[in-house]
Order: sequence, then structure tokens, then C-alpha cells
Amino acid sequence: MIAVQVAILVLVAATAVAVVLTREPLAQTIALSFYGLLLAILFFVFQAPDVSLSEIAVGSVALPLMVLLALAKIRGGAE
Amino acid sequence: MTFLPYAVVVVITVAGIYGVATSRNLVHMVICLSVLQSATLVLLLAMGYRTGAQAPIISTARGSRHAVDPVVQALTLTDVVVGATVVALLLALVVQAHKRSGTLDPDELRPFRG
Amino acid sequence: MSARARGLMTSCGCGALAGLLVWALSGLPDFGAYHRLYGLYLDAHAVAQRHATNVVAAVTFDYRGVDTMIEEFILFAAVVGVALLLRAQREETEVGPRDEARGRRAPRSSDAVRMFGLGAVGPSVLVGIYIVAHGHLTPGGGFQGGTVLAGALTLVYLAGEYLVFRRVGPVELMDLSEGAAAAAFVAAGLAGLVAAGTFLLNLLPLGTIGEIDSAGLIPIVNTAVGVEVAAGMSLVLSEFLEQTLMVRGRRS
Repeated sequence: MIAVQVAILVLVAATAVAVVLTREPLAQTIALSFYGLLLAILFFVFQAPDVSLSEIAVGSVALPLMVLLALAKIRGGAE
Repeated sequence: MTFLPYAVVVVITVAGIYGVATSRNLVHMVICLSVLQSATLVLLLAMGYRTGAQAPIISTARGSRHAVDPVVQALTLTDVVVGATVVALLLALVVQAHKRSGTLDPDELRPFRG
Repeated sequence: MSARARGLMTSCGCGALAGLLVWALSGLPDFGAYHRLYGLYLDAHAVAQRHATNVVAAVTFDYRGVDTMIEEFILFAAVVGVALLLRAQREETEVGPRDEARGRRAPRSSDAVRMFGLGAVGPSVLVGIYIVAHGHLTPGGGFQGGTVLAGALTLVYLAGEYLVFRRVGPVELMDLSEGAAAAAFVAAGLAGLVAAGTFLLNLLPLGTIGEIDSAGLIPIVNTAVGVEVAAGMSLVLSEFLEQTLMVRGRRS
């Protein structure tokens, strides 16, 4: 097991915990997109470029955007 | 040291479940679910990894004896995209729940009536 | 049950779960010591059998094609669910698609953002199409490329041109292409069933390894999935956009 893999694995675990412990959804969205990016790097060092590409497109773009839009809708309706 | 990837899977799973169980906000809960789901991706890819092997992009008809497992990669790559649309469905449900009950706190939700 | 007791119970449960997971996972082969025959066989023979240099694509769209079809139906069902949930709600507050951007309280996006955003749309669409088209040769394919294409569409919105967004991504066209792409996958499978009695059989000529027109049925199924994912993702994003902007439009 190489050093890059160890480093990224530790970072992924720490970020997962950080995403869960961030209670404010807006801040959590930013943490989530960072987590998506880290997962993509992890999959890349696991020799899985296909999954990495998938995770980059979904985890750091599509997913946070959907959460942001849902939040905007909820806040817009609440005011 | 060879247990580290599996230890990370345990951390992500437990963190995700803890987040879902203690969540006070439905959007937060949905995000925790997507974190929980990512544990399965890490587990599958860790299981398919071979030390020193290359990605399963093979350019000769003779094949390769030094590539990682393509099957788990095929499983995970579809799961990433399909999982995102399922999260979208959950978010749509959250938006509906908020509209009907005016709250995002799962404890204050009342049963919906048609 | 009090919040305190519940928190205690959750912590105990999570601790127990962690212990059980460690116990279960330590029974797996060590990281890096992979030796399952299925994967090794595919690495050795998939390129010769299917002429696709991306073995993952060969597994996704050929060896395990039926699994992928079912996954695609899950995606289809989820997108239909989002559309149903959000459209039912839209009718309650329908105000018609006028210039919602005018009602926005946030400042208009600056010229630099608009220039860059709109300038990035073309290259992103190109990258998306490239990734879909070369799915059987290099890392990529319908699932990844489709998501990139949907992302390119939302760049138009992020650049502040929502009305243009509606025009380039008309909802009816997305509805139609989503259903048609799902049907195309099934049709490709049925063609094999009718012709040779095997669902999703790779009937077409396999071509030269490494060429874009190689691998027979794989690029066709791959493209169908690409259209499906692109249409589905854009549909989900535009349903959420409609929702958000409709409320703002009403308030103005």
C-alpha cells in the first residue's frame, strides 16, 4: 500500500465525519462537494478511473447543486 | 496497515448511521444517507484492488494479468450516478414534506393525509 | 423517550455496529491480495472476446448488461418520481414562465461570470459527448458523460440565463428522450433475443480493437445510457430550478 493511498484514505474518513457533524445544511453542502472530490481522488488511486470520473461529475457538481436548489426552495417557501 | 481501507469503511458507515439517527433536519439526513452509501463504494473498490496492478484499460487482445477487478468497478460506477438520482427523489420528498407540514425536523412531522 | 436517553442508545448502537463491522470485514482477504477468478478471467479475455479496450465498459454494457438495464430503470423511476412530486406541487402555485430573473433579489451575475459561464458551455458539451462516445475505449461512458452533459446545461443557468436554459432544455424533449433512451436499451436487448435467443447478445461486427466503431453493440447501448442519464439528470435539475424560481417569481 502506497503513501498516497494512506493519506487519501485518512482524509476521506475525516471528511466523512466532518460532513456528518456539520449540522447546518448550507455549510454541509460545501463539505459534501469537497468529500465528493476526495472520493474521486481515492477511486483514482485505487486504479478505478471510470468510477473516479463518475464521482467527480456527480459528487462535486450534480449532488451539491440539487441540495442547494432544494434548500433554496425550502427557504423561499418559509419566508 | 492492510486493514486501513476497511477501517475507513467502518468509520464512514458508522458516521453515516449516527448522522441519520441524530439528525434534526431532513436535508441533513439525506446528505448523511449519501455519505452512508459512499461506504459501499469504498468497500467494493478496496476489495477489487490488487497491489501494483493497473486500471482495467487493456489495449491488446492478449489481455492483462496485472489489472484490478473490473466487475466491482462496473457495479460502483453505475451506483454513483443512480444513487444521485435517488438522493434527488429523497430531496423532492423533503420539499413536499416541508410544504405540507412547514417543518424540517423529523420529530415534528405528523402523518400526511392525502 | 427523552433526547438524552435516545442519544445514549444511538451511541451504544453505533459502537456495537462498529465492533461487528470490524469483526466482519477482518474476515475479508487483505487489501491488495485480490484473487477472484471472475475478474482475472475478464482482464485476460474480455478484450479478445468483445474488442472493447475499456474492460469496465465491456462488463457494464455486455457481460452484466441486464444488471445495468435494471439500474437504468431505477434511475428512470427516480427521475419520474422527482418529476411527479415536484410537478404536482407546481400546479398549486403556477404563475407561468415569465422572466423570473427579474424578481430575484440577489444581484445579477457579473459580466465576467456570464462570459466565463457561457463560454464554458460549448467545451463542456463537447467533453460530455467525447466521454460518451469513447466509453468502450478509454475511461468514461454513458453514465459519466451523461452527467457531464447535464452539468453543461446547468452552466447556462449559473451564468444567469434561465430563460435561455428553458429554451435549450425544453422539458418535453427531455421527457421524450429519457423514455426513448430507456426503450432503446430494451430494444437492443430484445434484438439479440429475437435473432439468436439470447438477451443483449452482441450481434454486430466487432471491428478493429481500439477503433471508435469497434465492440459491436457496446457503443450503441452506451449511447442510449448516455442520453438517458443526460436527460434524466437535466430533468431533475430543471424541476428543482422551476420550483425555486417559480416561488421567487410569485413573490415579486
